[in-house]
Amino acid sequence: MATVALTNIKKIYPGGVEAVRDVSLTVPNGSFTVLLGPSGCGKSTLLRMIAGLETISAGTCKIGERIVNEIEPAARDIAMVFQNYALYPHMSVYDNMAYGLRNRGMPKPEIDKRVREAAALLAIEDFLTRKPRALSGGQRQRVAMGRAIVREPLVFLFDEPLSNLDAKLRVTMRLEIKRLHNRLNATSIFVTHDQVEAMTLADQVVVMNTGRIEQIGAPGEVYKHPASRFVASFIGSPAMNLMPGKIVESGIVETPGGKLPFDATRFSASGEVEVGVRPEDIHAAGDANGIPFTPELVEELGATRLLHGNFGATPIIVAIPASGTVHENKEMRLLIDPAAVHLFDRNTGRSLAR
Amino acid sequence: MVEHRGLSSFLPYVVLTLGVAIIAFPVYLCFVGSTHPQDVVANGKMPLVPGPLFFETYYKTLFVGSSGSTREPVSTMLLNSFIMACVIALGKISISIISAFAVVYFKFPFRMAAFWLIFITLMLPVEVRIYPTYKIASDLNLLDSFTGLTVPLIASATATLFFRQFFMTIPDELVEASKLDGAGPLRFFWDTVLPLSRTNIAALFVILFIYGWNQYLWPILITTRDDMQTIVIGIKKMIVTADALTEWNVVLATAMLAMLPPVMVVVLMQRWFVKGLVETEK
Repeated sequence: MATVALTNIKKIYPGGVEAVRDVSLTVPNGSFTVLLGPSGCGKSTLLRMIAGLETISAGTCKIGERIVNEIEPAARDIAMVFQNYALYPHMSVYDNMAYGLRNRGMPKPEIDKRVREAAALLAIEDFLTRKPRALSGGQRQRVAMGRAIVREPLVFLFDEPLSNLDAKLRVTMRLEIKRLHNRLNATSIFVTHDQVEAMTLADQVVVMNTGRIEQIGAPGEVYKHPASRFVASFIGSPAMNLMPGKIVESGIVETPGGKLPFDATRFSASGEVEVGVRPEDIHAAGDANGIPFTPELVEELGATRLLHGNFGATPIIVAIPASGTVHENKEMRLLIDPAAVHLFDRNTGRSLAR
Repeated sequence: MVEHRGLSSFLPYVVLTLGVAIIAFPVYLCFVGSTHPQDVVANGKMPLVPGPLFFETYYKTLFVGSSGSTREPVSTMLLNSFIMACVIALGKISISIISAFAVVYFKFPFRMAAFWLIFITLMLPVEVRIYPTYKIASDLNLLDSFTGLTVPLIASATATLFFRQFFMTIPDELVEASKLDGAGPLRFFWDTVLPLSRTNIAALFVILFIYGWNQYLWPILITTRDDMQTIVIGIKKMIVTADALTEWNVVLATAMLAMLPPVMVVVLMQRWFVKGLVETEK
């Protein structure tokens, strides 16, 4: 196990495209860090640079005490799980797991011991003699993880390992990865575009956009205190409502829906701002004092109910518990907790939190 | 309706039978001719049933040789042809798989230029460059040798192209997984690329073996000694045009024997073909 430290990492492709721009990041020893972002944000490129599959254009990558920029992938003491499993189709499950160890010249009894231990851990002992094509997607992914585990590497790298699985299996495998991490306690870096995976697995989430890190924090932190408009809209489902606003007096912001109070101790703002409120932070008001809102469309999700409507010209989604009845096209009143109002700079998109 | 159905299920068999007959009848006639005495075939009235001389003719053909302008027994020619076809097929496969590996997996200056140079040789088969090739072979003292017989036919753009296209379908992740597993390029080639190419190699072997076996122009130029000639050349040389009588029964027996090895290769390798088509490994 080891700490991974990235300092001012850049990736510039020969065509001049900057995939990763000046990223600095520390993955503490034993941490499960998730790189989260939309496709093309540079998260996979960053992971591949740590693995040594892409060259590092600038900056340093340190695994443990060693700068690994110029070190071959196999010598970096890392193991990687690929999205499409990347198992050797002509080798048995056993050979797939043992191959890397054999190439290192490890003695046979030791290889056998490690493969059997990993197989037991992943419940794939019965398939050791089978070829990958005789396995289901979930089993293949387990073999791919087994191949990583037998190496006993300093760092585990996961490149969207769950994307090829169906929805149900994805949830099971997610839990298994979590359980495995709790057990092995190895430093892991996991790339995904799925916020649910990120929130459930990570103890540190790194939100990336256009090759830059937008925010680093615990899952609760990035949800509750998004550092930018991008993080706010990317994390949470349905996405945070964003609307233009103007600070009219201390602690009050005027929005298309009306005047909203906000926590002036948290934000230092004046003039034109961007206001963000999560759908689940908006509540139905019991009396006539709230903000007027006419739901145009109601979606029943079982436990919750999504109301779609507008504040002025800005579309708004409200998530309320599915109790009582709500009528479409009938005006109702909404309450917004001042503590749940986020303010962002209209130009830079950064949070205006103090 | 019933008649219609009867006819429509009958018709394909008629067509198929006709097709088989067109292909098989000459072969049968060839076999029949090889079992009759020389004069029966020579008088032009070919019988339709096999004659009594099967063992005699084939023994003579294989081990004694004809009295035509070549007196070499056909067993030697079979061996020569077999060696030539195998060396050409295996040589083409080994050279092209290595060059395709280099073109696909290594980044070096003028990589694509190298590939296109190989590709352009598709337009220059032996027949086109026959004079310079012959000149080189003769300057290098390669006449009447297996080296001269096979090497000029080995360099192959088709097989390189074929392997290149196949390698492009091997997922990049497999290359990367190999890198992480500590396998260098040679080990990756040996442990991953080669086993994955098995069925492709088998398919190519069939095609190239037959290509090599059927070579006519190059062997006829490069070989002058009887004990170096291939069976395809041998058949031609047995047919005497001058005053002597052609031993047609021996010629026909040789033709039969010349057909056998390619047929064997196709029949034996067909199982590999099918296996390669059914089981997609990757």
